[in-house]
Amino acid sequence: MEQVKGEEDLRIGVFICHCGINIGGVVNVPHLVEYAKTLPNVVYAEDNLYTCSSEGLSKIRENIKKHDLNRVIVASCTPRTHEPLFRATCEEAGLNKYLFEMANIREHCSWAHMHEPEKATEKAKDIVRMAVAKARLLKPQEEPEIDVTPSALVIGGGVSGMTASLCLADQGFKVYIVEKEGELGGRLNQLHKLYPTLVNASEGLNKIIEAVKANRNIEVWTSKVLKQIKGFIGNFEVTVQKGNGETANFGVGTVIVATGADVLEPVGMYGYGEYDNVITQLKLEQLLKDGKLEKPERVVMIQCVGSREEKGRTYCSRICCMTALKNAILIKDMFPDTDVYILFRDLQTYGGHYEDYRRMAQDRGVKFIKYGLEKPPEVILRQNGRLDVNVCHALLREQINIDTDLVVLSTPLIQREDARDVSRMLKVPLGPDGFFLEAHVKLRPVDFATDGIYVCGTAHSPKDTSESISQAFGVASRAAIPMAVKRLRTEAITALVDENLCTGCGTCVKICPYGAIVKDERGVARVTEVVCKGCGTCGASCPEKAITMRHFTDEQVIAQALAALRRELA
Amino acid sequence: MTFEPRIIGFLCNWCSYAGADLAGISRITYPTNIRIIRVMCSGRVDPVLLLETLANGADGVMVMGCHPGDCHYIEGNLQTERKFKMLKKLIARTGLEPERLRLEWVSASEGGRFAELVRDFTNQIKALGPSPLSGEKQDPNILEGILAAKSAAADFRLRVLVGREKGLTEDVNVYGEKVSQEKFDETMDKAIADEYIRNKIYFLVRKEPLSVKELSKRLDLSPQMVLRHIVVMRRRGMVAVDRVEGITPLYAALEVGR
Repeated sequence: MEQVKGEEDLRIGVFICHCGINIGGVVNVPHLVEYAKTLPNVVYAEDNLYTCSSEGLSKIRENIKKHDLNRVIVASCTPRTHEPLFRATCEEAGLNKYLFEMANIREHCSWAHMHEPEKATEKAKDIVRMAVAKARLLKPQEEPEIDVTPSALVIGGGVSGMTASLCLADQGFKVYIVEKEGELGGRLNQLHKLYPTLVNASEGLNKIIEAVKANRNIEVWTSKVLKQIKGFIGNFEVTVQKGNGETANFGVGTVIVATGADVLEPVGMYGYGEYDNVITQLKLEQLLKDGKLEKPERVVMIQCVGSREEKGRTYCSRICCMTALKNAILIKDMFPDTDVYILFRDLQTYGGHYEDYRRMAQDRGVKFIKYGLEKPPEVILRQNGRLDVNVCHALLREQINIDTDLVVLSTPLIQREDARDVSRMLKVPLGPDGFFLEAHVKLRPVDFATDGIYVCGTAHSPKDTSESISQAFGVASRAAIPMAVKRLRTEAITALVDENLCTGCGTCVKICPYGAIVKDERGVARVTEVVCKGCGTCGASCPEKAITMRHFTDEQVIAQALAALRRELA
Repeated sequence: MTFEPRIIGFLCNWCSYAGADLAGISRITYPTNIRIIRVMCSGRVDPVLLLETLANGADGVMVMGCHPGDCHYIEGNLQTERKFKMLKKLIARTGLEPERLRLEWVSASEGGRFAELVRDFTNQIKALGPSPLSGEKQDPNILEGILAAKSAAADFRLRVLVGREKGLTEDVNVYGEKVSQEKFDETMDKAIADEYIRNKIYFLVRKEPLSVKELSKRLDLSPQMVLRHIVVMRRRGMVAVDRVEGITPLYAALEVGR
């Protein structure tokens, strides 16, 4: 039924929706039905009060059978919400779902032109005519099915990577952790105590490391670098560089990026790198951890050093306020008569626990001074080796001078240098702040746009340990989905290369954002369909015009344009 | 009757089409002139499709995609921008107003912006008047220009240059060299000028065999330049000597090889 031989075999059915009064109150629907019947190859047209109701849907199914329809058009709302429903209805009636086309006469017409019913009706006629023009050229498409290898690669053995690994391993999936450093643990290895509970970082960390090492489903590769990752969801091939120049290969179904972040070294700021008694919070953590902090008379912490800048690193690093408060409290507990100042721009102590924490610091006598971005503090070295901190109090509008023996700079988490390599290898994007960019900020916060690849922890954005762990749980549940279902249907709207026209120039290979096109052994472009997302950029760029975009072919697009212009092809 | 322009909009599925949906959902009104064609990505909009649409009498054509950095397909919209840069320069040579073509970024949350842009563009096209290619009588010179531009945009050279712009200007080649943006633009401008004029020549000699001298007169180009193009076109199999009148060869278009 779907294999239409000639134009005369085309049998198009058009279902026009009143959508209550949403469309019918503006557009003259009965007139539109009569008009649709005059269009080429339209053998049936009707109107429905609600085409998406169960009654409307059964009328589509009935009429596909009754009139032997091989193309179906629903003129109603936006395909972005209702196309899946109508496609499924066509499929139930035995029609390939890609032989369905939608005409958006609600969002793009009746709702936007509700005060101009005549013009809206004219526009709706054009929209239906354009849909018919496209429907006449539609072809059935098949969605390829692929098997999913039930194993995951986790890049990075920090707390995020390990947590995600444990979650997946406990569900029975094989997990490979590849860690660049010689030991697991990541940034937590360097930290002293964690806010807000003041538990030793090593305590929680050691438990996780032990659990990872004891888990039979987890294979840990420390001191190893990823050399290459090829393939696509369900079927990635991983090559790991071993120390001795040899490589190892294994296959996985999903990939989790948990590469963590670096801490900014604020060289050249506030005398850092020049004066020995200007240090970072990370250095202070180490001194506290090793018990090597000698009692200072006074400590001045400066917040937002190299973050929340006007240009450059504009983002808030999220963890620095709490880190400063925590270390200020720890110092106060050790040396109650040491003066601790925190020079801040805005204090971000969100949530219940964290705000309590700020009060705790205040109760212990930590002093807070607000400064403005336009007048940052100055740190000057004096003859006697002590430091002068000059700060303009933003609330008092007064210059304050603090004589101190230690300045601690709160610097942001920044993306690692080697993130760019991971980004290139996996073809996943970095955002403007350098961190890995998820598929959708709100709705898909741990997926990449590329299927089967996920991100968690500080590789994604600055976050503290508990937030990293939450995100790791999230990422594990997302990655488990394709591995649990074992077989996937992938996009049918993909690029198709005409091998007779392809000259192997490689333009498409370079342009494809997903690495879905490779040159095969004959030098001809070959599309890996399950990787292709169907954007069509390759087709619009192919110098030989050898690439066709399924379901959005040049012919289909131009037919719509000509129908809108009431023209035949020039 | 007042002039009601016919405007075609090519909108990407993920941002701009959703933005247009939102305009409707929010009941934000705008002129009814636009007819929307949904594509998955603005990067899919081939310059040839746009020239075809203009050749067929669209008074205005809008392409809308996701804001830079927001593209559902990572950077398809940046490819669109590169294509547009080339296309605008090409159209400028045809005599058709380049303002009839416009590229805009509209996100899924910008229903108001979508409506505002459509209103603004519709007004601009109304002020510009009907396209010389609309209606029954199309301006033959401009049509010839647009068709020459379409062939140029379909040909290998301009497509390769556009497709490789990012790679050439941002990455280094196998010899470790990098092409500056200025140098690239210079090369591109020259390629646009060459390819446009070659296709003009092609369309002229397709109608009747012509001499270099005659072509030079019709194109307002020096005979030396015309000859240079003819040499390239002969090599590419676009034209051949039809006959020799006295000592003057006349050239004709070849269908084969195109």
